[in-house]
Amino acid sequence: MSEHCLFVIGASHHQAPLEVRERLAVVSEEALRADLASVPGLRELAILNTCNRVEFYGVGADAEAAAFVQAAYCARQRFSADEFERIRFRLAGREAALHLFEVASGLDSQLLGENEIFGQVKEAYAAAQAFGSAGAVLNRVFQKAFQAAKHVRTHTGISAGRVSVANVAVELASNIFGSLADARVLVLGTGEIGEGTARAFRSRGAADLAVAGRRVERAAEVASGLGAATVPFGERDSRLAEFDIVVCSTAAPGAVLGRSAIAAAMKRRPARPLLLIDMAVPRDVEASAADLQNVFLYNLDDLAGIAEKNRNAREAEVARCREMLAQRADGLWRQVLPHLSAAGARPAAAGGDPAGQAASP
Amino acid sequence: MLADLSDRQWLWGAAGFYAVGVLLGSVSLLRGGRTSGAAIYGAILAGYLLQFIGLGLRGHATGGCPLGNRFEIFQFTAWSAITLYLVVGVTFRSSVLGFFTSGLGAALTVMSLAIPSWDAIRRTHIFGGNPWIELHAALAMFSYGVFGLLALTSGLFLLRHFSLKSKRVGGWFSFLPSILDLDHIELRLLGAGVGILTAALAFGSVYWSRDTATVGDFKLAATVAVWLAYCCALGLRIAGRLLARRFAWTCLALFAAALLSLQAVDESRHPGAAPAPARASP
Repeated sequence: MSEHCLFVIGASHHQAPLEVRERLAVVSEEALRADLASVPGLRELAILNTCNRVEFYGVGADAEAAAFVQAAYCARQRFSADEFERIRFRLAGREAALHLFEVASGLDSQLLGENEIFGQVKEAYAAAQAFGSAGAVLNRVFQKAFQAAKHVRTHTGISAGRVSVANVAVELASNIFGSLADARVLVLGTGEIGEGTARAFRSRGAADLAVAGRRVERAAEVASGLGAATVPFGERDSRLAEFDIVVCSTAAPGAVLGRSAIAAAMKRRPARPLLLIDMAVPRDVEASAADLQNVFLYNLDDLAGIAEKNRNAREAEVARCREMLAQRADGLWRQVLPHLSAAGARPAAAGGDPAGQAASP
Repeated sequence: MLADLSDRQWLWGAAGFYAVGVLLGSVSLLRGGRTSGAAIYGAILAGYLLQFIGLGLRGHATGGCPLGNRFEIFQFTAWSAITLYLVVGVTFRSSVLGFFTSGLGAALTVMSLAIPSWDAIRRTHIFGGNPWIELHAALAMFSYGVFGLLALTSGLFLLRHFSLKSKRVGGWFSFLPSILDLDHIELRLLGAGVGILTAALAFGSVYWSRDTATVGDFKLAATVAVWLAYCCALGLRIAGRLLARRFAWTCLALFAAALLSLQAVDESRHPGAAPAPARASP
C-alpha cells in the first residue's frame, strides 16, 4: 500500500477570498458527515472548519477517497465542483501531516503565528473523536501535530509579540502592571480605535473601565457597549490620578492632556506608574509628558512600529519553524507508515480501523 | 572518591553549576527563545547543594559558621542569596530572575575562588564558642544575600524601565517581569533585608555592650552605616519619596557599598592579631 492513504483536501485564505470562503463554510457538520459516510474506502476523517479554511483530513483505502470526499462536500454545499477544483489544495502522505503541523502552529494562518487556530484544530480533532471517525492514524497525526505546535511556539518566536496596534497597547500595559485585573482604564474619546483598544483591555482582564467624550450621548453609548462607567470630559484632568492607563483617541485639534495636568496627577499617585496610549492624530497628549517619572507615553507611530517589528520577527522565524516541523513530520511518518500499509492491505469495503477502532465518518 | 574532595573543590563544583545556569540562560536569550526556568532552577539547585557541602566542610574545619575571611564571606553571601531565590524565587515566575541569580552566584563564587589571597588566612573558632555572636554574623551575612537579590531585582527593574521608556519592548526585554511586579518584589526584599540585618545587629549589640573593645570602630561604623542607609531607603520608599528608577539605583549603590563594607568587617575582626597560617583543606 502506498502512503497516499493519508490525505488532506480543502481550501483556505491563500486561494479563496472572503466571499468564496463564506460559501465554503460548513454549516452543519453532522449533515455533511452523514453524506460522507457513504464515501467508499474512507476509513478516518476530521474536518477543520474555520473562517479562514475548510480542510478534510482523511485516511482512505485508496487515493480516490479524497476525490469522493471533495465531490460529496461540493454537493452538500451546492458549490460548483469546477470552482472548487480551481481553489482547492490536495496533499497526501507526509506532506498532509506536515500541513497539519504548520496549520496548528499558526504558520499557515493569515495572521502569522496566531494562537486561535491551535484551539480550532483541537476542536476539529475532538469532533472527529466524538463522531468516532478518528482512528489509529489520525489520532497519532493530530496528537503529534499538537506536540509539534507547542514545541514550535515554545522554542521559537513565531507567536512572540503582538501584531495589532490594540494588542500592542495591551501588551505594554502588561509590561507595566503585570495583571490588568486591578488596573483602571480611562478611554478619552469615542472613536472606533479607542473603543477597539478598550475591548482588547477588557478581554485581557481589565475590569475597571471608564469612558470620557465630548459628546455625552455617544460616550454613554460606548460606555454601555463596553460595560464601562462614564466620566465627564471636563473632569479629565482632575480625575486623571484615579487611572492607571489612559487611551486617547479624540478628534481634538490639539492636546487634551497637558504635561502640567499629568504632573499634578502623578504627585497624587507617585508610586503607581501611568501608561498613556495616544492614538489620536493630531496627538492628544503633550509629548513632553514622556519625561515625567513613572509616566510611559506611546503614540500611534510607536505602537505601529512595535507591531511591525513583531511581525518582522515572526516572519524571520518561519524558516526555522518549517525546519523543525519537517523533522517532526519525518519522524511521524516513519511511525504512521506501518499503520497505513496495514490499512491498505484490507479491502476498502471491509471498513474498520486497522487498530481495531471504529472509524465511520 | 567524593569523600576525598576538599571544600574548595566542592565550591568549584558549585560555581560550575551556577555558571551552567548563566550559560543556559544566555544561550536561550541569544537564540531569541524564552529561558528555561526549570533548567536554570535545576542548575542553581545543584550548585546550591554542592556549595552547602563545601561550606559545611569548611564550617566543620573552622569550628563554626565559615565567615573567617573574605573568601568565606563572599561564599556565604552567595549561598544566602541563592537560598532566598530557591525558596521564594519560584513565586516571582521569572526565569530571568533565575538567570541573574545564577549570574550573581557564579560571579561571587568564582571571584572568591579565583583570588587565592582571600583564602590564604583561615581563622578557626572566630566566634569563641559564643552561639549568639555566631547567629549575629550568620544573620548579617544572610541579610547581605537578601540585599544581593534586591540588587538583582533592581537591575531588572532598570532594564525594564529602560525598555519601556526607550520603546524597545521586543526580543530579550519581553521576558522581563512587569515594572509593578518588580517594584513590589524590591520593596518586600528591602523590608526582609532590613528586618534580618536589624535582628543581626540586635544580637550583636548585646555582645558588644558587654565589651565594647571586642569590635573595631571601623567595623562598627561601617556596619551601622550600611544598616542606617538601608533603613533610610526603606523609610523613603514607604513615604513615597524614593521611587522607581531612583529607588532601584539606590538599592544597587547600597549593595555595592555593603560589599565594600565587608572589607572593614574582615580587617577589623581581630585587630592587631597575627593571622593563623593557612591550613590544608579538609
